Amino acid sequence: MDWELFRSSFWPILRGGLTGTIPLTLVSFVVGLTLALVLALMRISGRRLLSGIARVYISLVRGTPLLVQLFVVFYGLPSIGVVIPPWPSAVIAFSLNVAGYAAEILRAAILSVPKGQWEAGHTIGMSRRRTLRRIILPQAARVSVPPLSNTFISLVKDTSLASLILVTELFREAQQIAAFSREFMFLYLEAALIYWVFCFVLAAGQGALEKRLDRYVIH
Amino acid sequence: MSSTDPAPARTQTPGEVLLSATGLQKSFGSNMVLRSIDLTVCRGEVVALVGPSGSGKTTVLRSLNGLEVPDGGTVAFAGGPSVNFGGTVSGRELSALRDHSAMVFQQYNLFPHRTVLENVIEGPVQVQRRRRAEAVQDAEKLLDRVGLLEKKDQYPFELSGGQQQRVGIVRALALRPDLLLFDEPTSALDPELVGEVLKVIKDLAEEDWTMVIVTHELAFAREVADEVVFMDGGVVVERGHPDQVLRNPEHERTRRFVQRLLHPF
Repeated sequence: MDWELFRSSFWPILRGGLTGTIPLTLVSFVVGLTLALVLALMRISGRRLLSGIARVYISLVRGTPLLVQLFVVFYGLPSIGVVIPPWPSAVIAFSLNVAGYAAEILRAAILSVPKGQWEAGHTIGMSRRRTLRRIILPQAARVSVPPLSNTFISLVKDTSLASLILVTELFREAQQIAAFSREFMFLYLEAALIYWVFCFVLAAGQGALEKRLDRYVIH
Repeated sequence: MSSTDPAPARTQTPGEVLLSATGLQKSFGSNMVLRSIDLTVCRGEVVALVGPSGSGKTTVLRSLNGLEVPDGGTVAFAGGPSVNFGGTVSGRELSALRDHSAMVFQQYNLFPHRTVLENVIEGPVQVQRRRRAEAVQDAEKLLDRVGLLEKKDQYPFELSGGQQQRVGIVRALALRPDLLLFDEPTSALDPELVGEVLKVIKDLAEEDWTMVIVTHELAFAREVADEVVFMDGGVVVERGHPDQVLRNPEHERTRRFVQRLLHPF
């Protein structure tokens, strides 16, 4: 164990995680989830055009590699005159990707709420929109936390792909230190360790959130 | 009537028509479940809809507040909204209809993520824009009436079926509707819990609430209803005073149905 190398590399890599990986994950997830809700509502709207658009979008996102999506945004768009810097490119690609996956999760979660809940909302005078917001979505949220947590944790790790479009994040820091120290094994394992710690913390957070949302169901 | 008393005013003229439904028709695919149903409900009156499964009675009930949109016919409240289901019906029209009634469901359909109290005040506060404190006071009074005040901060899953259904009834009452609709309110309950729910409904009948009840409890219907409507195959076969329809039915179909329920084997 090369303690000297560990000491000198740990902080730069962790800093890459704190200032690159984590903000990139959070921003992409929030934007992606918002888009996902819109897509899910389009899918269940009962309007053929809206639902068709959402369906095609979801199919495209899920049917193409994330790396290709990232490259299209960063390396592809400039050839038609659209130049987007690394960080925004990464946010765009990751958000659009998350939206495709999370849309199906949210759609399934909304559909899992019994029809009687919609009817109960309507009979106390609520509009569709208000019933959705106050009655359906809170119940759908509970169902969707485990699968959305999966998406979120995958995203943390997938952001390492952003190193390939020059975003300074956890993995790119590790790569750069490895390039001049030639200690590839050591540094990549170190990077892996930090990713694992991040994900471990998130999984704990998921557990706490599930527990909170489960307070109104039979255990 | 004080502002916090949710019971309807007693000064209404008895016999005054509150709701009239005419020519209700509905098909699901090629299956015609309603063939021109007429129904009139007067203020303070209790109408029991009875009949075999698939007779269309629940569809009639659900048409009265637009949960089911009939293919034709009208539903009109005296001096209130009138909806003609022949053409396209807007969400606004349906919600105008719903403003005048409240429904109690077979499966209770309480909001599982809300406490008992929150279930009851949701409509009054969110939809009717009443002051929260006033709605809570009302809700507590109503919960107390059905013996569930001490459960107000519990979630529905912590309650028995009978308790949940009593909350369902209170949730409907809290809206102060002109008309209460009951869709087989005791069919999902364990037999020993049926009584506590029927008792609450009977008390409401005695307070002159206007109600339409779909039920299989014929003894109950005979006791509380002012009129019994017997449906079969999407038509009203017979209607009239409960003693007449349930004891001396004119029609063979009614007779067979009553016999079957009274002597199942």
